[in-house]
Amino acid sequence: MKDSNFIIELSHISKRFGDKVVLDDVSLFVKKGEFVTILGPSGCGKTTLLRILAGFGTASEGEIRIAGEQMTDIPPHLRPVNTVFQRYALFPHLNVYDNIAFGLKLKKVKADEIDTRVRRALKMVGMTDYEWRDVNSLSGGQQQRVAIARAIINRPQVLLLDEPLAALDLKMRKDMQMELKQMHKDLGITFVYVTHDQEEALTLSDTIVVMSEGKVQQIGTPIDIYNEPANAFVADFIGESNILNGTMIKDKAVSFLGHEFECVDKGFGENTPVDVVIRPEDIYIMARTDSAMFNGVVQSCIFKGVHYEMTVNTTEGYEIMIQDYNAFEAGQEVSMIIKPSDIHVMKKERLCNTLDGVMVDSTHVEILGASFVCTERDDIESGEKVKVEIPFEKVELMDNKDDGVVEGDVRFILYKGDHYHLTIRTESGDNLYVNTCDIWDDRDIVGIKIQPEDLKITKA
Amino acid sequence: MKKFFAQTYLWLLLAMLYAPILIIAIFSFTETKVLGNWTGFSTKLYTSLFSGGVHHSLLTAIENTFIIAIISAAVSTLLGSVAAIGIFNLHHKKKMIMNTLNNIPMLNPDIITGISLFLLFVSLGITQGYTTVVLAHITFCTPYVVLCVMPRLQQMNPNIYEAALDLGATPMQALRKVLIPEIKPGMISGFILAFTLSIDDFAVTIFTIGTEGLETLSTYIYADARKGGLTPELRPLSTIIFATVLLLLIVINIRSARSKKQSNAQ
Repeated sequence: MKDSNFIIELSHISKRFGDKVVLDDVSLFVKKGEFVTILGPSGCGKTTLLRILAGFGTASEGEIRIAGEQMTDIPPHLRPVNTVFQRYALFPHLNVYDNIAFGLKLKKVKADEIDTRVRRALKMVGMTDYEWRDVNSLSGGQQQRVAIARAIINRPQVLLLDEPLAALDLKMRKDMQMELKQMHKDLGITFVYVTHDQEEALTLSDTIVVMSEGKVQQIGTPIDIYNEPANAFVADFIGESNILNGTMIKDKAVSFLGHEFECVDKGFGENTPVDVVIRPEDIYIMARTDSAMFNGVVQSCIFKGVHYEMTVNTTEGYEIMIQDYNAFEAGQEVSMIIKPSDIHVMKKERLCNTLDGVMVDSTHVEILGASFVCTERDDIESGEKVKVEIPFEKVELMDNKDDGVVEGDVRFILYKGDHYHLTIRTESGDNLYVNTCDIWDDRDIVGIKIQPEDLKITKA
Repeated sequence: MKKFFAQTYLWLLLAMLYAPILIIAIFSFTETKVLGNWTGFSTKLYTSLFSGGVHHSLLTAIENTFIIAIISAAVSTLLGSVAAIGIFNLHHKKKMIMNTLNNIPMLNPDIITGISLFLLFVSLGITQGYTTVVLAHITFCTPYVVLCVMPRLQQMNPNIYEAALDLGATPMQALRKVLIPEIKPGMISGFILAFTLSIDDFAVTIFTIGTEGLETLSTYIYADARKGGLTPELRPLSTIIFATVLLLLIVINIRSARSKKQSNAQ
């Protein structure tokens, strides 16, 4: 065995189906015995990654090592991993016992050993005395337990779980989460768990891998991911948050919501635009007082069980979400305080759209797979490659896709307190980032137009 | 009143459909040579059908028919099941094309299938006889097997084959231990269907049977009828075949009803 602490080493995995990039240069290293969760919205590539790990799919590029052994081209039946499938995938023609014994029988394990191990596995998943039951007569939760027993009985080095609890109801899901965590502790093997449920990920994992659009957004412990999200996507996807535009004035001082705040972050430089994340439970709300940091008026107040969730419009015109045990009725004047340590500052990923383009002639530039009118440029030859910058606010979105020069669909929506920051995927497969006050929905199809004077062209 | 007419209509229709076979069945229990004369109840025709002797060639024809049916049903079940698995794993467009190509031979008139097979065998220089009849029957039975197996594959949880691989089964073991047990009901239905189709066939058989004196039941009856007057023993024979086919049909129906119930329960 290779000298390595990692049981799973995925290096630079990419996967394409035709033109569609499902995984884009994903690297992941998992320590022995870790509980790793791959978390992301549907279509982010998490299941594809798990299938590549199990050997049901092959990577277009990249290398997979499990327990130090090269696994990239090894078929699934020779890999030291076992999978628990989302829809259980029990063998309907076999009873509970034969389902669980399936792997051991293939390995020609002696009958009496199979017997002991099946009984032990059944006990582990709390299904003693179910051996001779027909699997079709079991409930969803029971089928899932059998599926887990069938996988762990083979003593795999890694257990892969593909949204194993997605088909269960809430109560059952919570119980199973606890049992899975206990099982992970007892077995001491590595779990790789795929889910779109952020709460499940936070509850279960040692390490969370947040994925979006085929890319890893952040890898970290649940506490890191929650408290120190790497970017706006992670902040928005994990838990609830207020994500706002801000400016880092100097070390330990940041301005947002029209005020200057003390914070603990440093090293961003002076007067740098940043994203600021504040969890709704970290904003202290009280009746109007002059000693608070900023003021506002409650717009709505909803009882959420443990706490109240309030929307507050600040005097400066921003909308923020606050969670608190005390209720402040709609219309009430309130004041707010934020502690320096609760302000999380993130470097902005980009300050404007930067696209590669080609000059068509002195008044046209080709970007996003179409020709856009631009202000006249005599200094750039036709056919020359250029960089085109477009401010977020200057991209116009049309309801009717034919009204725009190109069309695209809304992929990601982020509310920034006083405007929306949208990610639009154009037909050409490029991402365009847009600030707008209009409300759009996920997957809305829009037409895109840009005024000639808003295209800032420089030679590449 | 309305109900009465509806009932009468139904029974009349059924009577018309089953009258011919009922008449044959009734007259199989009398000795008369001419259909229509009832000369008293007797099972003599049944005993003489199986005692051989005079009707030796009839017994040989029955034997041929059944052997051909068993071989062609078995081979087409194998071919059809493999083909169904292959088609099922194709991607959308190719799958649709293959399904259509599979359906065409079933809609094609038997006589056309017969003539084309005849021409094919002649042009390939294959002597017509037992082999050509079996090959021909396999040809027209296989698409029906595909049709019987396909729904089982579609009902199946697509992950179970992968689950078998995941648990350490080689692709061959996964096929044998998981996939085949799953599609077995479809394969058995396909076998029964192919078997009845083969026994039943005349148009394709007559074109591929050759001139070496090989006879199946359908070609024997045809030749016998042309010689003038049907051999009386054909009456009990038809009755037996009808009863057998009826039984098989009932079996198929019970099986499909049961599998439907099972898939609803899942």
